[in-house]
Amino acid sequence: MKNYDVTVIGGGPGGLAAAISADNAGASTLLIEREARLGGVLKQCIHDGFGVIRFGEKLSGCEYATRLIRELETTGAELMLSTFVSKAEKQRDGYLLTLTSRGGMERVFTKALVLATGCRERTAKQVAIHGTRPAGVFTAGTAQAFLNVRGQMPGKRCVILGSGDIGLIMARRLTLEGARVLGVYEAKPDPSGLMRNISQCLWDFDIPLHLSKTVTTVHGDERVEAVTVAEVDEKMRPIAGTEEYIPCDTLILSVGLIPENELAESLGVPLDKKTKGPFCDQSYMTLVDGVFSCGNTLHVSDLADYVSESGDAAGRRAASYARRERSLLPVNISRDFSYVVPQYLDPEADLSETVFFFRTAAERKKTKLRILLDGVEIKQKQYNGLRPPEMERIPFDLSGAGLTKDSKLELLMEEVRS
Amino acid sequence: MTKELICITCPNSCRISAELGENGTVSVSGNLCPRGEIFASNELTCPKRSLTTTVRTVFGDMPVLPVRTAGEIPKEMIMDAMAVLSGLVIRERVKCGDVVVRSILDTGCDVIATLDL
Repeated sequence: MKNYDVTVIGGGPGGLAAAISADNAGASTLLIEREARLGGVLKQCIHDGFGVIRFGEKLSGCEYATRLIRELETTGAELMLSTFVSKAEKQRDGYLLTLTSRGGMERVFTKALVLATGCRERTAKQVAIHGTRPAGVFTAGTAQAFLNVRGQMPGKRCVILGSGDIGLIMARRLTLEGARVLGVYEAKPDPSGLMRNISQCLWDFDIPLHLSKTVTTVHGDERVEAVTVAEVDEKMRPIAGTEEYIPCDTLILSVGLIPENELAESLGVPLDKKTKGPFCDQSYMTLVDGVFSCGNTLHVSDLADYVSESGDAAGRRAASYARRERSLLPVNISRDFSYVVPQYLDPEADLSETVFFFRTAAERKKTKLRILLDGVEIKQKQYNGLRPPEMERIPFDLSGAGLTKDSKLELLMEEVRS
Repeated sequence: MTKELICITCPNSCRISAELGENGTVSVSGNLCPRGEIFASNELTCPKRSLTTTVRTVFGDMPVLPVRTAGEIPKEMIMDAMAVLSGLVIRERVKCGDVVVRSILDTGCDVIATLDL
C-alpha cells in the first residue's frame, strides 16, 4: 500500500494550490481528482476577472487553472485522475483512504489529509419552487457546463432566479450566444453578486434586474413553458395578487452554494452552521487532528484568489503536521458578523500568517472593525461600507500578541459617524 | 453631465462619478486606484470590454474551446465579434495562449485560446 505525508482531495484551485505547497514544503504528496481533467469549476469559467490578486492580471478561469496545473507539473506531487475517494478512515497515525477508479479499488495511507472538495449548487428543490418538473430547469453551473464545456445551448428564452455571480455571468453568456434573457429575479432587496457583475453582465446588455421578486411556480409538462413570479414581503413570502405569468423555455437558478463536506462528516469533522464548512484554526486544520480544509470546502469564497490562498496555507501546514494536543482558543464575534474563519486559534502553532475572513450580517455604512485581546484593542480597520455578499479579508501577524489558551479574542464592529 | 459608473477592473467594484468636460477632459471621483480613472475616461469616450466566449472545434474530447480577446475591444463591436467567432471551427490542436484570430474586426486585438486543446 502506498504511503503519503499529505493527500489532497479535489483538483480545483484550492486543491491544486495545496498540492503544490505541500510538495514544495518537502512532503510526499498525492492529489486525487474525480474528474478526468484538473481545474474543478474553473474549467467551465471561461469569463475573465480571475487572478487580479495572485497573478496581478485579469485572466479567465480556464487560464487561472492552467497556470496552477503547469505549476503542479513542475513538482513531484503524484496525481490520480478519474478517481473517487469512497471511504476515509481514521487510524492511529493517519488516514486510510479507499479509492475507486477504472483500475478498480485500491487503498492508500496518508499522515495528513487536505479536503479541497469545493461546493455544490443549491437546487430548485431546496428553494421551494412549486409546479411540475419539466426539462429546462437548470442550476447556473449546470447551464454553464452545457454551454462552455459541451457547446450546447440550454434554452432560448430564459428566466434567471437569483443574482449570485454565476447567475449574472450566465445572463451575459446566454445573451452573447443568442438566447433572450427575460430578467434576473432576486428575492432579497439587494443583489447578491459583485457590483461589477451587475454592471458588466446586466446593464451592458439591458437585462432587467427585479429585486424582492421570486419564482413561485414552474409550468410545463415535457419542457418549461412558463414561470410565475411574485413580489415577496420582508420575510421573503410571496404576496398574493402580485403574480405575473412569464412564458419562457428555461429557468436558471443561481440561489447559492453549499460546501461539500460528506467526506469530512464521515470522519467526524464538526461543521459550522453558518459557513456549512468545518470549524478550523489558523493553520486550516479542522477540529479533527490531521484533517485540513481549504477553499470553498471551508466557506464559499467570492474569489478564486482567496481559495488558492487558503490552499497554499493548508498544504504547507499539512506538510509540517505532527500530532500533538491542541488547546484551541475560540475567536468570538458579535452579532454584527455573519461568520468568521478561522473560528479558532491554536496558540501553540505559528500565528504570524493568520488571516481572518469574515462577512457582515447586514449591509453597513462606514464601519470600524476592532480586534480585542483580553479587552484591549490590538488591531482596527476601517471600511467605507460592508455588504453581506462581499467577503472581507484581514491578514494579521498575531505571533507577538502573547496569546495563550486562556486569552479572550473578540472581533467587534462599530459604526463610524461622519 | 455627471455619470455614475461601477468600475469593472477589479472586484472592488468602485462607484465612480465621472464628468466629461467641454475640452474633452474627464474628471473622476470615487475610485480607489488609477485604473478607475482610465476605466471612467474610456467609458465616457469609447467604452471597451474584453470578450470571453467559446469557438467550435472538430475534437470530440473538447467540442468547444474557450477563448478571449487578448485586450479590450470597443463595446459596440462585441456582437459583431461574436458573429465572427461563431463561424469559426478549430481544426488543429492549440495551447492556452495561442492566437486563434489575429486582430479581430481590425481592432488590433487578437483572440487567444484560454485552455490547452
